[in-house]
Amino acid sequence: MTININWFKYSSPASFYPLAGRMTPWFFVAAALFAIGGIYVSFFMAPTDAQQGEAYRIIFIHVPAAWMSMFIYVVMALWAGVGLAFNTRLSSMVASALAPTGAMMTFVALWTGSLWGKPMWGTWWVWDARLTSELILLFLYFGFMSLQAAIDDPRRADKAGAVIALVGVINVPIIYFSVKWWNTLHQGASVSLTRSPSMATTMLAGMLLMALAFWMYSIGVMLMRLRCIILERERNSDWVKELKERQA
Amino acid sequence: MNWGGVSAFLAMGGYAGFVWGSYGVTALCIAFEVTLLIARQRRLHREITNGQAGPRSFRD
Repeated sequence: MTININWFKYSSPASFYPLAGRMTPWFFVAAALFAIGGIYVSFFMAPTDAQQGEAYRIIFIHVPAAWMSMFIYVVMALWAGVGLAFNTRLSSMVASALAPTGAMMTFVALWTGSLWGKPMWGTWWVWDARLTSELILLFLYFGFMSLQAAIDDPRRADKAGAVIALVGVINVPIIYFSVKWWNTLHQGASVSLTRSPSMATTMLAGMLLMALAFWMYSIGVMLMRLRCIILERERNSDWVKELKERQA
Repeated sequence: MNWGGVSAFLAMGGYAGFVWGSYGVTALCIAFEVTLLIARQRRLHREITNGQAGPRSFRD
């Protein structure tokens, strides 16, 4: 028996718009549940750190935000690249919908890192490889957004944005491996795929729950923004008019 | 982790400003992003219902 599902159906903005609307609330519900669990584990189960006292609890936001800042960039570049290669409108819109959330995550990673650096390193900021490459990531997001905002024709803006997104993706491995390649003030990875994590199980659990919360939030907010972008670009099309007439 | 009281919890072992400064600003960023998006959605729906064409490539 073969099941026929037309996967291409949802690659058009008109059919993805209502689907995104139905999915969005579930991602926010999931984000809230993971955040409640994550905050509980982070503050009421994870023990005080032997070296850093309570200041280390910043990790539960800092690391998930930093992960998301890099991950969102890669996904954004991927969809922008798909949009450029196959001329699919929705892919480019997904890239545009991801950029502000990615920038927000990058800002949060830098902000919490600064507030963690002050009590532990004695400085808010150093121009070391990890911190500098993460700051460059923030500027790449800003560059992508301002370039798109500066071009009137949306399809040309998509193409120009895709070029900057794809060129900038080289920065992501630089951020990730910066703590290995250079002698930095920033500590190495606490969690990696190749060895067991160098932290207590409850600390790790709190961090992973918060990462899931950030992940769900990012998808939810991306879908919300994607719906706005779809409406803005297609407001003069027949399906938007029909949608409005049905609602009226 | 047993904090032994609300004030000890809020004090965060002397790192209150750093810990709550991190969580607070993150919460503000999230609230800001969601509020902006809801406003953007409402404005769009209003404009489309009123039949305003609007600029072709409007985004914020």
